[in-house]
Amino acid sequence: MEDADLRLDGNAAAGLLGEIFVREVTVAVGTCAACGNRAELGAVHVYMHAPGVVLRCPRCEAVLMRIVQAESRCWLDVRGVRSLEL
Amino acid sequence: MAGAAVLGRLTWLVGEVTDAAFETPRVRSLVLDVPGWPGHRAGQHVDVRLTAEDGYQAQRSYSIASAPEGERVVLTVERLDDGEVSPYLVDEVRAGDPFELRGPIGGYFVWEVGLGGPLLLVAGGSGVVPLMAMVRHRQAVGSSVPMRLLYSSRTLEDVIYREELERLAGARDGLEVVHALTRDQPPGWPGYARRIDAEMLREVAWDDARAQAFVCGPTRLVESVAGELVALGYDPSRVKTERFGPAGT
Repeated sequence: MEDADLRLDGNAAAGLLGEIFVREVTVAVGTCAACGNRAELGAVHVYMHAPGVVLRCPRCEAVLMRIVQAESRCWLDVRGVRSLEL
Repeated sequence: MAGAAVLGRLTWLVGEVTDAAFETPRVRSLVLDVPGWPGHRAGQHVDVRLTAEDGYQAQRSYSIASAPEGERVVLTVERLDDGEVSPYLVDEVRAGDPFELRGPIGGYFVWEVGLGGPLLLVAGGSGVVPLMAMVRHRQAVGSSVPMRLLYSSRTLEDVIYREELERLAGARDGLEVVHALTRDQPPGWPGYARRIDAEMLREVAWDDARAQAFVCGPTRLVESVAGELVALGYDPSRVKTERFGPAGT
């Protein structure tokens, strides 16, 4: 199976994002820190088969966000998002 | 519990199955009564969480099939043979059984009549479920927004909501349903007999700059359809996708 087969939309991570953010962020527009592409988070690429959830830019595939959950804690790495417009 | 500290507005609710019916041999619709349900929009999904006696939990997302106008929440679930959650929901759960769910989830892949049209819905297999919520919503509010559903299934027996779609399309009030059967077709089948391709989309898609498209199904189908629609002139921002992952058609 190739990585492309495992690709989902940001919408698939909406439940997880809803645990972290108070606002509905799948309709928020994120700007990729690597290439500057702007996309609603619901439309970015999501990979959920890793130990964490990885959101990638649909244009350049750079990592936008990584979310890891364990027990009752959650780690959020958003270094790939230059800005988020809510 | 410490976990509550990271929770936003999304909380787990308990739904109770009030009715269940098989749509196809592999697909079942569950009608749920969910006290505290805040209402939903067509296209949204829920997370379902099952907890085993030993505390092991499994969580999956399922699309909501019912129109926002209904009182009950309907989920339509396809059995994945190696699944942890779907075999229970398709084969085991019965009326009166409770399970945990949270939602509605997702504001991206949604449509309501106020957003207008014309609308192109493209489904592969159980990808039809969130699109059916849009079809039912349009019907429930008596909208005349032009809507076309292009729906790919393996065989006629695999077509989910077959009779309801036939009935709704038969009303000729602006809803058109076009089937593609990829594997096996009954004698004299009038619809498409192949996978969705560029030529089919050229024939079915609206030639209208205002058209919006919602595409839902296995990842490869969704990506090829979305690419073809953009090639046909659809603005990428008007083509919304929901990939199901690696479940083949």
